[in-house]
Amino acid sequence: MDIRLSGVSHSYDDFEVLRDISLDIPSGKIVCIVGPSGCGKSTLLRFIGGLEKPTRGEVLQIGSPPADCLNPLTYIFQDFALLPWRSVRGNISLVLEDQGIRGPRAEAIIADVLTRTKLSEFHKALPKQLSGGMKQRVAIARALAVNPAVMLMDEPLSALDSQTRELLMDDLVSLWSRTPFTAVYVTHNLAEAVRLGHSIVVMSRRPGEIREVVHLETPLDQRHYGDSALEEKQKYLWHLMREEARAADAELVHV
Amino acid sequence: MSDLSSKPANTPQPQARQVTFRGGGFAPASHRWIGVVVFALLLTLAELGTRQGWISPLTLPLPSDVLKTFGELYASGLLWAHLSVSLTRLFVGALIGASLGVATGVLIGLFSYVRAGLVPLTAALFPIPKIALLPLFVIWFGIDEGSKYALIAFGTFTPTVVATYGAVDNVDRSLIRMGQSFNLSWISIVRKIVLPGAMPGILSGLRISLAIAIILLVAAEMLGAEYGIGAYILEAGSLYDLERLFAGVAILSMLGVTLSATIGLIERRVLNWRQ
Repeated sequence: MDIRLSGVSHSYDDFEVLRDISLDIPSGKIVCIVGPSGCGKSTLLRFIGGLEKPTRGEVLQIGSPPADCLNPLTYIFQDFALLPWRSVRGNISLVLEDQGIRGPRAEAIIADVLTRTKLSEFHKALPKQLSGGMKQRVAIARALAVNPAVMLMDEPLSALDSQTRELLMDDLVSLWSRTPFTAVYVTHNLAEAVRLGHSIVVMSRRPGEIREVVHLETPLDQRHYGDSALEEKQKYLWHLMREEARAADAELVHV
Repeated sequence: MSDLSSKPANTPQPQARQVTFRGGGFAPASHRWIGVVVFALLLTLAELGTRQGWISPLTLPLPSDVLKTFGELYASGLLWAHLSVSLTRLFVGALIGASLGVATGVLIGLFSYVRAGLVPLTAALFPIPKIALLPLFVIWFGIDEGSKYALIAFGTFTPTVVATYGAVDNVDRSLIRMGQSFNLSWISIVRKIVLPGAMPGILSGLRISLAIAIILLVAAEMLGAEYGIGAYILEAGSLYDLERLFAGVAILSMLGVTLSATIGLIERRVLNWRQ
């Protein structure tokens, strides 16, 4: 299943946030969206998953999701969004219960996603007992449980410290290498973008427009921490964004 | 630590001083026994004072006499007669009031039309001293149990509503958004995300509501009740029987402590997920 955005624009009252975004998200690829803060990249992600409606333009699903897909468009949030009163297992079974999956079928799915995210031995833990990195891995496991056609990741690593972020990036790469998934990955961190993106969409400051789409050919599992080719790309992205970021930083926040 | 700047050898060593600690206080810790000590101290003081005469027996009865009265009350079986009707009234009234209150509060929290309609009404009902309505309730619900249930229920209703919709408002919106993003049904979101998320606020509201329920229990039993702690206190008061009056008041206090402890226990059970 592909996603196509065509002519998406959005404004709150007379405050323009996004202007004429057209973008294709091909199946099996990770598309990173980077841009200065307040450029509307998170808003764009909410449009893709149907949590918000754009003023103009449309978001299209092309083709139908695979039959075993329980929730085609699945988010991973920056703040993890785990229910603190449910255990790791309970948080995952939450999203299965409403699909009518209970009992042994649910157990099998939960066991599988916990193994894939290396959380099997923590299935009884409550979120308060987990580190930030583990919490986000639970959120990833929960997303995997519904077998999404497209993962919508909203700054998933931004609440974590830089070491944990490196570890989780490796986890995401190995998850993708085993079974490629489609993802839209919003971040302000250029290092994450060049590690995880097959293509990187650079947005301008508000009103957000697409400035450039950068394609990276190196396979994900061959990109490593401190790789010089990646550093070059990252420098290039920073060069594209620098002035925008400076200008965005000097703007007043619209409330 | 290694020396970062190499100093010339002839400079005198500066004086070393311990850094003053200033991070103390503002951290509540649990000291249960102090509460008991304060109680015991006050009782001993009253006992000593009345025995030695610097507290007149007209102002305060001997604590030991109060205890004796309590013992007689217990031995005669009247304690249970009073307590059982009072507890039934408290239970039925508070149950009706609190469950209606929680339901109304959740509806206010979920639907903006209900909120627009009922929040001003609640604000108008809250400050009414419910005791003033007792004669009216007697006409509406009869002189016996009906009016007593109604008074207690009405008194617990308003604070529960206010606490509940505040708690629902405070549920983390990002969790609700997460539920929507996973296609959970509306009822699932309410049942599995909103209600558990509002539980801490609802329970702390219940503490206040139940204390109000005890106050209203006594008020309700002052009109047309033969048995009940309130009737017992009222009778003792009109006979100026201080020992029985204080025995009754002590029972109410113990009731309050027990209820509060019960809610504390429920909180520890149900809310063990909190940080």
